[in-house]
Amino acid sequence: MNERELRGLIGKVKAGKLSRRGFVQAMMAVGIGAPAAGQILLSSGVAMAQPASTYKPTKRGGGGPLKLLWWQGPTLLNPHFAVGTKDQDGSRLFYEPLAAWDGEGNLKPKLAAEIPTKENGGLSADGMSVTWKLKQGVTWHDGKPFTADDVVFNWEYAKDPATAAYTIASYQDVNVEKIDQYTVKVTFKKATPFWADAFVGTRGMLIPKHLFADFIGAKSRDAPTNLKPVGTGPYMFKDFKPGDLVTGVMNPNYHQANKPYFDSVEMKGGGDAVSAARAVLQTGEFDFAWNLQVEDEILQRLEKGGKGSVSITPGGNIEFLLMNTTDPWTEVDGERSSLKTKHPTLSDPEVRKALALLVDNKSIQDHIYGRTGPATRNFLYGPSRFDSKNNPIEFNVDKANDILEKAGWKKGADGIRAKDGKKLKFVYQTSINQPRQKTQAIIKQAAQKAGIDIELKSVTASVFFSSDVANPDTYTKFYTDLEMYTTTMGQPDPGTHMLQFVSWEAATKDNKWQGRNITRWQSPEADKLYRETEAELDPVKRAASFIKLNDLAIQNQIVMGIVQRPTVSAKTAKLNCNISGWDNNTSDLSDWFKDA
Amino acid sequence: MQVDRVSRQYVIRKLLIMIPSLLGISIVLFALLALAPGDPFDELATNPAVPPEVRAALRAKFGLDDPIWMRYWHWLIALLQGDWGFSFVSRMDVSTLILQRLPVTLVVIGASQILAILIAIPVGVLAATRPYSLFDQIANTFAFIGFSLPTFFTGLVLILIFSIQLDWLPFVYRADIAATGWAFYWEHIKQSIMPVTVLGLFQGAALVRFVRSSVLDVIRLDYVTTARSKGIGERKVITRHVVRTALIPVVTLVALQMPIVFSGAIVTEQIFRVPGIGSLLITSMLSNDTPVVMGVTFVSACLVVIFNLIADILYGWLDPRIAFR
Repeated sequence: MNERELRGLIGKVKAGKLSRRGFVQAMMAVGIGAPAAGQILLSSGVAMAQPASTYKPTKRGGGGPLKLLWWQGPTLLNPHFAVGTKDQDGSRLFYEPLAAWDGEGNLKPKLAAEIPTKENGGLSADGMSVTWKLKQGVTWHDGKPFTADDVVFNWEYAKDPATAAYTIASYQDVNVEKIDQYTVKVTFKKATPFWADAFVGTRGMLIPKHLFADFIGAKSRDAPTNLKPVGTGPYMFKDFKPGDLVTGVMNPNYHQANKPYFDSVEMKGGGDAVSAARAVLQTGEFDFAWNLQVEDEILQRLEKGGKGSVSITPGGNIEFLLMNTTDPWTEVDGERSSLKTKHPTLSDPEVRKALALLVDNKSIQDHIYGRTGPATRNFLYGPSRFDSKNNPIEFNVDKANDILEKAGWKKGADGIRAKDGKKLKFVYQTSINQPRQKTQAIIKQAAQKAGIDIELKSVTASVFFSSDVANPDTYTKFYTDLEMYTTTMGQPDPGTHMLQFVSWEAATKDNKWQGRNITRWQSPEADKLYRETEAELDPVKRAASFIKLNDLAIQNQIVMGIVQRPTVSAKTAKLNCNISGWDNNTSDLSDWFKDA
Repeated sequence: MQVDRVSRQYVIRKLLIMIPSLLGISIVLFALLALAPGDPFDELATNPAVPPEVRAALRAKFGLDDPIWMRYWHWLIALLQGDWGFSFVSRMDVSTLILQRLPVTLVVIGASQILAILIAIPVGVLAATRPYSLFDQIANTFAFIGFSLPTFFTGLVLILIFSIQLDWLPFVYRADIAATGWAFYWEHIKQSIMPVTVLGLFQGAALVRFVRSSVLDVIRLDYVTTARSKGIGERKVITRHVVRTALIPVVTLVALQMPIVFSGAIVTEQIFRVPGIGSLLITSMLSNDTPVVMGVTFVSACLVVIFNLIADILYGWLDPRIAFR
């Protein structure tokens, strides 16, 4: 899809011929997350939708306790230190950002009075700054007023490397100033089309200045409030046992009328995903359970009791397959998969093409993931046909055989194809996780029929996903021919996601395998496209370049999608909750309620 | 008087030996944890939103860049001053984390140990007094089943029966119960029944076998025959003469098991979500939170050493034939 086609789509949204949701889905299919898609629309004059509130209760409280089950409990409650979603979700019970993302890339104001737009003067025409108007009359849980000083303080706190805040990336390159008591201006170093990062969503939760001012920089770990949050959120902190339990009580002065509905909230941790699903769907001991990485077959069986249901929220996570462009079996200067080498067999584009035809996404969905993993080819088929939902996923062993035969890969006595003495034998690694091992088996079987021998390797997750420089089995080292894991598009801007295709990001010994380009693909064309996006101000043109870049990677079969991994949670029948795949599970907690 | 002095000397000598052995244990533990792969700030390295400076700052802040011997030295000095270290992951003192988990661990695991003893002693003694009788066979069979079935299996079976089918008991353990008075205790008892049963039966099963063989050893001794031939009633012979002697090794065994009460039961805690020390240990291991792992394992090591000493002393006290030397 080029810029013109993209503009055409936006035009359709404007004219009401294409739904906002349809557009967002189309963008997700080409590697652009919902928040970025929302911003493309906004910049083209399609206002963010504010879906009508479905909140019914007419008074605050009275809903009894809300019991949440996170099978990995939060281990800390300072949002600037929150590493994983569990900690962010836990912090979100008490803290709020200026605005939150909904599932369709709309921003919903929380501590902001309104979402900045060009029309209301919030966004500057040159893309150099954004001005946020804050909601007035908001108080922290201890009664102190929430003002622009707090917002500015959060920037000062997070951008200081000595604080060691995990949110630093959102704050270090911006400048934040107080205009008046309820207005702040965020200025960027260069024109920034994607402005809704600082103070927004998962990394935008705000902590109070009056309690953290003395603990900025190196003293950050000593702040007593790290463990006893004082926020502006719908619930006030009561107790916290790391990894086990977080409890809170209703905030009687919450800044939104009639909210929250529940008198108290508790987030219990520990255990495993299956029993968490049980506790909601079968026994009803809990109201909501998070991140149920459980086979769909089991979930369906648990749902039969009728006590609750599974909700599946699309997000940006994709399970995908990577093909090494370098040779993992030759060591050069102390590293395998070195940039100085070329993969002996996978460097033949025909081999890649054939392999792509051997991935049976449909069976993988049907037999393994079910509802929790819709088959996707978005990485593979990509742009020109993305909007056709009935796209038959091409799995064709005969065609793969044909391609290989024509390319001169002949079957030997052992049934394995070879050319010039090089056999089509691959090692395919992933982390230990039952669905992944089953996926490996399905692909191996199909490959066998095409004369490709695949050896399966599975590595403990804690090693596979670690950054241990000494261990040869990490996913960033990629010392095998093929590998598979889940990549997230959760970052607000597609820029980071696309770094996996540029040459200078190749993971090598020199950068301790911290580079984002795991396949080590070296393409001058891809580099040029990425450089273009860095200079481009127009979000539509920029998106078009990203799409082209993604397209290029797919046409070269550098990576290919297998299934989407949406957020899977369980809730009791009476609970009403909106979960967004682009923000924390608890981002909309103030609006959760139970039917009477 | 003579014996007293000897035994006091013995205890002091043993205590002195404890110091180097604990030091040795701590060095081994520390080195193992330091050399093990994994880094508490790993997640940061793979997170594109976190620049490497943050990771470097954190490593420096928590002293991870120092050489191992220096880190060990810092740890040891801090420990001697009563500072157990600081959790990387939760950013709070290790001692606070452990103390938070201690009451639940003591209650649940302690109760299961008591249950195990309450079952094992009468069953074991009864089985031994009538060897190869029907009761003995049944008790043996159940004991074998009991310690062959892993706790994760019995735990799941209990959950399926009592929580899901019958809906009598909750299977998620919550340390914070909002109720007060009787309701508070009742809720706690209700949620403890399953984990305590699972653990108690598992430990009790092994103990039954032990008690039985110990009683069998004693029951054939000459002095028992003598007691019987004097015309003392069977019941009295068993309780006064046999059990008292036979329980000496059992007491030692139980004393040696006591450290488990502290270190928790990882699997069972995971199944029932009991916030005990075992689950703290496993989550800390998974997130490479070495100070917490070090704290928990070292406390366990200390307890093992101490209870070994206690077992030694108890043994000598119960069986005067054993000399302290």
